[in-house]
Amino acid sequence: MANDLFNSFMTGPDEKGRFGDFGGRFVSETLMPLILELEAEYENAKTDQSFWDEMDFLWKHYVGRPSPLYHAERLTEHLGGAKVYMKRDELNHTGAHKINNVLGQIILARRMGKTRIIAETGAGQHGVATATVCAKFGLKCVVYMGAHDVERQAPNVFRMKLLGAEVVPVTSGRGTLKDAMNDALRDWVTNVRDTFYCIGTVAGPHPYPAMVRDFQSIIGKEAKEQMMEAEGRLPDTIIAAIGGGSNAMGLFFPFLDDKDVQIIGVEAGGKGVNEKMEHCASLTGGRPGVLHGNRTYLLQDEDGQILEGFSISAGLDYPGIGPEHSWLHEIGRAEYVAITDAEALEAFKLCCELEGIIPALEPSHALAHVMKIAPKLPKDHIICMNMCGRGDKDIFTVAKALGFEM
Amino acid sequence: MWPGRLIFPPALGTSGGLDEKDRPMTRIDDRFAKLKAEGKKAFVAYIMGGDPDYDTSLAVMKGLPDAGVDIIELGMPFTDPMADGPTIQLAGQRALEGGQTLQKTLDMVTEFRKGDPTTPIVMMGYFNPIYSRGVDRFLADAVNAGIDGLIIVDLPPEEDEELCIPAQKAGINFIRLATPTTDDKRLPKVLQNTSGFVYYVSITGITGAAEAQAADVAPEVARIKAKTDLPVIVGFGIKTPETSEAIARVADGAVVGSAIVSEIAAGKPVSEILSFVKGLADGAHRA
Ligand SMILES: Cc1ncc(COP(=O)(O)O)c(C=O)c1O
Repeated sequence: MANDLFNSFMTGPDEKGRFGDFGGRFVSETLMPLILELEAEYENAKTDQSFWDEMDFLWKHYVGRPSPLYHAERLTEHLGGAKVYMKRDELNHTGAHKINNVLGQIILARRMGKTRIIAETGAGQHGVATATVCAKFGLKCVVYMGAHDVERQAPNVFRMKLLGAEVVPVTSGRGTLKDAMNDALRDWVTNVRDTFYCIGTVAGPHPYPAMVRDFQSIIGKEAKEQMMEAEGRLPDTIIAAIGGGSNAMGLFFPFLDDKDVQIIGVEAGGKGVNEKMEHCASLTGGRPGVLHGNRTYLLQDEDGQILEGFSISAGLDYPGIGPEHSWLHEIGRAEYVAITDAEALEAFKLCCELEGIIPALEPSHALAHVMKIAPKLPKDHIICMNMCGRGDKDIFTVAKALGFEM
Repeated sequence: MWPGRLIFPPALGTSGGLDEKDRPMTRIDDRFAKLKAEGKKAFVAYIMGGDPDYDTSLAVMKGLPDAGVDIIELGMPFTDPMADGPTIQLAGQRALEGGQTLQKTLDMVTEFRKGDPTTPIVMMGYFNPIYSRGVDRFLADAVNAGIDGLIIVDLPPEEDEELCIPAQKAGINFIRLATPTTDDKRLPKVLQNTSGFVYYVSITGITGAAEAQAADVAPEVARIKAKTDLPVIVGFGIKTPETSEAIARVADGAVVGSAIVSEIAAGKPVSEILSFVKGLADGAHRA
């Protein structure tokens, strides 16, 4: 099955950058030549062994890959059902999966002779990863971050500054992640010659969704091999949290053609998926639209104006989702669910207490869904969830939510 | 759940070319013909529909032709105007807060047309509100309201099947932006399915940014005119009657947006806004 191109879920996107009806290149003319150039350069790098050799070397010696696949024994016991594994991407240098992708894009930027890197960030993890790799290579780095996120993710703001990046608090629109992305795009339109836009998730115009997915796919590739080694078979269910969807796409992609593997994406349900839109569940509570260069599911009002999401987790607080997820959702290859802030906080606490791992709030959403389904599943059912980030950055938010004075 | 079939159907209308018979003739063509007969350059003014509120915005719009405006660009507000600077971003926010919707922007045109059957109107904005309404429904409404052209910032030629081709089949011009990054290799693609006029963006950047320089613009306009018979007008970064004149001199016309929107933002009375516009229009018409 996996080698049969005509029955594969892994052949996308098409030459127009579409996954089914989703994706595409909805950008202004000024940017169009730039993304065509990027596409050509990426196509070139993709088949260049020296590109991947450099990636592999840095993944190993700088990021610390492969990340372990860990059997969460006490959690499994506590839940009393399925056997739970965690893919430990929170152990990466800089504390999340984001650096997997940043390395790829920065190496590409260097090949293209770009000297100035810009990025948007929500939780600050992508910003920190970008600032880190820019420091390593001596590149100028400017990070756009919503003014609201600058406040709630203060430790990451300081980290970026230590790493030599300029952090620009974004006040346009409502000052959130989507506005940070708008301002990054505005910067790019203005500084077309020397600047490379390093997008932090599987969104944006083609080729970003495919390129970021390819770089993050190291997660699923490793998980597959490690699971074969540990269990002699593939997992029954794989689960990941979704903001824009990059850690999820990274885990899911290598499994797409393994039809017996159930795939579940977990969106941020905020205060609950309701009419008041106090959530960030684009697939569960949105409809297709066009934003940030691609067609995908979006939170929007009836006039097509984009709505602000709401989530306790800054990294999930985005009104869209990568176009490949929208497609996987429509064709039914993956299932998408929503987890509320309260459920995520419970999972956060349980993970600290039972496993000695302080998870980021983002993967806490994935874990909360594991907690929901594992007890009802048989003991020989194997779940692999993506522990895509560690919680250091979130302790202030969690303390506040739990009514704890710091 | 497992469809087990080819997932990617070939894209619709693969060539994406526009038949010559589908290229619409609108009030825009009439207006350029008239200007040419008079030996005049075009002055194009942009305002955001519904900024700061429906009534004020409509009053300004109705006054534009007498202030010397040859073509009106009417902005459709959007929450995420990726190609716009702070001035037009804030105009969109004011309009949305004032309750502006795509329907109300269409209503403005219907109202305007009751008193002015000839001034061309180009609607300018982003694709999502149109996509959300449904392209076919939007085009039918736009034709009924009396709209002549569309400028949709986030629809490059690569996405022509979304709206560009259907719009022209419905009789509405689809006007494209050409930019300093549109090199000679790409230019034919940008010009291919366009009509009405070509809008040359004088800078790489967002609206309301750096001052346009006629000396930089002139060779670019010549480069585009060598490849098309359509009029080429220039916008972005024109703020004064002097620049308006200098730019119009080297092109077929000049567009001013942010500078006019700033006057509206300052809360000036409609008459003052219109006399500011007249200054800019006179500049372009002196060219
Ligand atoms: C730890 C972590 N997980 C997940 C996300 C969400 O991004 P994505 O859905 O692209 O993985 C973020 C974003 O900042 C993050 O920091």
